[in-house]
Formats: sequence, C-alpha cells, structure tokens
Amino acid sequence: MKKNKVIVVAAVAVILGGSFLWAADHIDAPAVTGQATDITDIYAFKGADASSRVFVVNTQGLLSPGATSTAKFDANTLIEINIDNNNDNIEDLVIQAIYDGTNMKFYGPVAPSATGTKSKLEGAVTATVAVTPYSAGAPIMATGTNGIKVFAGPRDDPFFFDLTQFKKIIAGTATGFNATGDDTFKGTNVMSVVVEVPVSLLGTSTGKINIWAETKKKI
Amino acid sequence: MKKSFLHISLAVAGLLITFASCKKDDTTPPAAVVYYESGDQMARPAIATVFVDATEKDKFNGTIPSAMGAAFQAKFKTKLLALNPGYTTNALTQTADQLTGLLATDVLNVSTTGATSFYDGTNLLTGRTLSDDVIDTELLLLFGGPAGSSNPGLTKDNVNANDKVFLTAFPYLASPW
Repeated sequence: MKKNKVIVVAAVAVILGGSFLWAADHIDAPAVTGQATDITDIYAFKGADASSRVFVVNTQGLLSPGATSTAKFDANTLIEINIDNNNDNIEDLVIQAIYDGTNMKFYGPVAPSATGTKSKLEGAVTATVAVTPYSAGAPIMATGTNGIKVFAGPRDDPFFFDLTQFKKIIAGTATGFNATGDDTFKGTNVMSVVVEVPVSLLGTSTGKINIWAETKKKI
Repeated sequence: MKKSFLHISLAVAGLLITFASCKKDDTTPPAAVVYYESGDQMARPAIATVFVDATEKDKFNGTIPSAMGAAFQAKFKTKLLALNPGYTTNALTQTADQLTGLLATDVLNVSTTGATSFYDGTNLLTGRTLSDDVIDTELLLLFGGPAGSSNPGLTKDNVNANDKVFLTAFPYLASPW
C-alpha cells in the first residue's frame, strides 16, 4: 500500500512538475492567466426558488482584499454562459454579460445566431445592474424584463482546497494531504457574475441541461 | 430644365435620406457588429487543469465541447494512468475509458427538475452547489479505486467547507473579504 502511494505520488510529480497549480480552474491556461478573462469556476444549482436555476461565473481569482478594492470587470471581455438543452454539447442558448464601465448588461437566455468560439451580443438587453462596489454594505441586484435576477461584483471565492499541500505532494516533499487541511483560498475574493434564471427560459424537455462558461475577448 | 429638375429631385431625395437616417440612428452612424473570440472556457472544476498538458491548455480552452471527446479522451486516459498507474475502476465502477470519456467533454450537467449536486452521496453530476466538496469527489474517483479505499492519503484534502457562510438568498455568495 505504502509503495503504491509512493509510485502514484512520484508519477504525479514527474508528469506535472513542481510549478503546477491545481485549482478549480484558477490560473489555468497561459493565455488568460492574470487577466479579466481568467475564469476560476462555474456553479449551477437550485437556489431559493425551486423553479429557477442559479448560474455563477467567477473570474480573476485569488484577489486579496486590497486588490479587490481596485478590481474591475473589463469592458472588452464578454462573459458567456452556454446552455445545451438537447444533450449534443452544442449551445442552444446563451446568457451574455458585458460591462459598460458602470453597469453589467445581460443578454438572453437567447438562441445565438452562431455557435462556437466567436460571438456577438445577441438580441436586446434583458437585464442591467450596477456593479456592486467593494465598499458596498449590501449587494446590488436587479430583475430583468424576462424575470432573470442578476448580480455583478466582488464576492468571497466560494472555492476551497488545500492547494499548498497538493503542491507539496506534486513536488515530492509530502506523501499525502494533512489530517487537517488548510484552505489556500481563504481570505481571497473573485469578481462574480450571478444569474438566477426561471427554468421555463431554459428550453429543456428532458429536465437536464449541459452548461459551460466562456470569456471572449473583443476582436 | 428637365435636367436641373432631376438634379434638384436627387438633392432633395438625398436630404430626405439623410434626415431619415439621422432620425433613425439619433445622429450616430450605424455601428459595425462587434465580435468576441474565446479567451477562457471551463465547466467541471479542475478537469482541464489535471488532465490537459501544459502545452495544450490553450488548445483545450479553444476547443468547443462537442469536439473535445474526439480530441482529448485518449490523452485524458494516458494522463489518468500516469497519475494513477494502479487504476482499475473507481467507486462508480467506471473503467479508465468510461471515466475519461465522461470527463473529456468538459460540460457541467445540471438537473432543472431535481437536486443539484456534483456529488452528495446520492446525486451525481446534477449540478454544482457552492458547498459541494468537488475536489474530494474528484480525488476519490481518480485515486480511490473500486472501493474508494485505495491511496487514502490522496483521496481527500481535509478542507471540507468554505471560509465564509453562504447566503440563503440571491446572490448566494458571501460578501468579499
């Protein structure tokens, strides 16, 4: 058993190397690391309203409180939630969020005019909300013309993981996790977009959807 | 006479068109359509980061989900067996092919009628709630073997909850630090 574990650890170390960062998707790809386009996580769940689903897209991970106070969304970055409602892993609907310097404007859920990696804003704005300032006491929320609820602004990063210990395992200086883990993401924030969408707008007849988040840069 | 009348008519028509377009567009010329191109992409937590080689991360980010399986399943399997040479099946009785076939297409499956959880002991891959310990679920499926008891030091990180309490109402995420 012990030997088994050592082999696994050694293999991990060899394959991935010591500089490897494993987070949900924090600082994931070289081309986006450290930019407003860097997605940290996407969540999808049933919130307070059982007939809606909540989608959360977090960006710009590992923000300290100081960094959060000056963090901004980027007006040239489209944040997009892709929704496949017939299980072919191609988006049938999109929800788009774009920052205009003051407000986050939302489009959809709407069928996109084209699928894939290149997008334009689709249809009319369905919801607009002021980005909640870091200093705000309460989150600013809005409800759209189609009934979606929206929020945009800094939030505590909901992700939790002992990344530091994992890196030690990868580097071969530890053989496993500690009995009590230490959350590498404690005390850090993200720039969040939260949308709560009535299920009736998701176009599914099977009760299932597949979703993924994208950030797209203005070209 | 006829010719200059035609000229005046054309000029008037031109003015009318100008006025019409001014009114319609409120003095700004019609803007060109703005396009946006992929920067980052993700669905299931940590999957891209674990299974995709450093040199291919940008490629994975730019591959549409419907093309991911064909492009990456075999590579995911190679990576899985490198990470865990002793892999046979996992607690879901998935073979290496089955597990990597599922994970290579990086989408988050979400139930719109029932419970929504990455894994809560009953519901599997029906969503991702804020409190789901997704890392433990993934570690268990990768390293835990068919009984979930293999490689015990690698199957959970022992961070089991967030550092702030989530809200019960919209926007659900806790206020920033």
